[in-house]
Amino acid sequence: MKIHQLSLFLENTPGQLAEPCRLLAKVGVNIRTLTLADTEEFGILRLIVSDWEKGAQLLREAGYVVNVTEVVAVEVPDRPGGLVELLGVFEKAGINIEYMYAFTFGHGDTAVLIFRLNNPDAAIEQLQAAGINVVGSTEVYSRIEK
Amino acid sequence: MTGIYDDYSPEIHPASAMDYVPVPQMRELQLGRLRATLSRAYKHVELYRQRMDERNVSPEDIRTMSDLARLPFTVKADLRDSYPFGLFACPLEEVVRLHASSGTTGKPIVVAYTQQDLAVWTDAMVRMFAACGLSRGDIIQNAYGYGLFTGGLGAHYGAEALGATVIPISGGNTDRQIMVMKDFKVTAICCTPTYFLHLLDRAADMGVDVRELPLRVGVFGAEPWSDSLRRHIETAGGIKAYDIYGLSEITGPGVGGECRCQAGLHIFEDHFYPEIIDPDSGKPVLEGEEGELVLTTLSKVAMPMLRYRTRDISSFVPGSCPCGRTLRRIRRISRRSDDMFTIRGVNVFPSQVESALLAVEGALPHYQIILTRDEGLDQMEVHVEVTQPVSSDKVGALESLHNKLAHSLNQTLGLRVKVRLVGPQTINRSEGKAQRLIDRRNLEQ
Repeated sequence: MKIHQLSLFLENTPGQLAEPCRLLAKVGVNIRTLTLADTEEFGILRLIVSDWEKGAQLLREAGYVVNVTEVVAVEVPDRPGGLVELLGVFEKAGINIEYMYAFTFGHGDTAVLIFRLNNPDAAIEQLQAAGINVVGSTEVYSRIEK
Repeated sequence: MTGIYDDYSPEIHPASAMDYVPVPQMRELQLGRLRATLSRAYKHVELYRQRMDERNVSPEDIRTMSDLARLPFTVKADLRDSYPFGLFACPLEEVVRLHASSGTTGKPIVVAYTQQDLAVWTDAMVRMFAACGLSRGDIIQNAYGYGLFTGGLGAHYGAEALGATVIPISGGNTDRQIMVMKDFKVTAICCTPTYFLHLLDRAADMGVDVRELPLRVGVFGAEPWSDSLRRHIETAGGIKAYDIYGLSEITGPGVGGECRCQAGLHIFEDHFYPEIIDPDSGKPVLEGEEGELVLTTLSKVAMPMLRYRTRDISSFVPGSCPCGRTLRRIRRISRRSDDMFTIRGVNVFPSQVESALLAVEGALPHYQIILTRDEGLDQMEVHVEVTQPVSSDKVGALESLHNKLAHSLNQTLGLRVKVRLVGPQTINRSEGKAQRLIDRRNLEQ
């Protein structure tokens, strides 16, 4: 149920973000969503791509340091309080959110959020028990492509 | 007085007479002093005796100055290994002064002077100041640090013996330096060139135009600097800027210095005998070629140095100097033959930087040291490539790595160092080897 995320170390200088995106585009790896965490000097680009293995290999060959991390994609109702319900599950189970970000577009009346968690397996169990939909990788891609 | 020296030395100081001795006479004097130094060194210093015995050379074998090449070299490690008094060639009660270097790893090096050694040092300093056109009547602000460092006291006693008025202000407190320079009608200053730059900037902030002050001469040393920096200083400060050379192991400042022709540094070779060698083979280079400066003391009693490898790269300036001095000249020190560099008075080896980085968990073999000069102050930045083992998808992890690296460098070097994490493969490698040190300090501001 977990999704593979690629993260890249980038220096905080002009052109740094464009280059990896260009490389992925060339071989037809689509970027589903991304987030950039930055400091004054460097940034970490986190990507969910259509083919993570191909993407990781390509970027590594181009000289990037690529970390592959397992993250959890969760479907939340797109209405007030939708996120609160989900966060309550993590809170109760003592699961820490390292960081999170959203897919850039929703799906029907739900949104899909990406979570980096200290204990993803426990989180998935708890979410499913609470009746919250955890979205698998193939599902994420196929749903969004509709 | 009339003659060719008029343009350069309106008044030749009596001590400067040795600067003009004909070359054959100088060689004879040097040989006599060398032989005396060798027999003393052989008799009183175990290290020299052992090394000469190993090579089957005795002081009597040295019959001409070119025989000097048969003697073994002395290196900085010999001074460290003999810490503190192992290379002394006289009883401690004859030593009247001790100085020590700023050592960053382990023990510093200690140097000793008898009364006579101090007199020789002062003599060299007088001649050095006189060569810069200074004399009785000048007011010299000595902004070299006073203390274990040889710069402060060396310049102090030399300037006093010259007959100048000395202001022993020592380093630091820039605002007070500027006030004193202005109010005491200072005509000459001794400090590092970068400190003078800083002083110029601060003076401008305080509304003082140094060009309008009586200051006319700067005696600058203790760090490498370029000709372009000299031009900048001369224009911005309205002064003549002279380069001087020295090192504690040999005596301190006063080993050599420029005359008013500013065409190389005259070595006071009646006291300090210069050779230029190929740092790899140890053989002398051809006249005018670049190599490592090696110095032998000819007059020192307390601590003679035989063929001391300075690690400073220079070359002899061929021909004679228009000033009329017969002393040989060396070109300004361009760099060092080892990879040691000096920043804010602290000697640093890249290997120390490396071990400080590696002390932090996670191997980080790819780094580069970048030295810059910002507003007259030297800055050190270390770039470290982020490699797979230390990379992370979390900003906090990399920030924590960054802080640990900076802390480790500060602890090891005793210097504030800026650390920058850079992308993999961004540090230039030539023939697979990363260039460890980029020194941009000699470039124009």
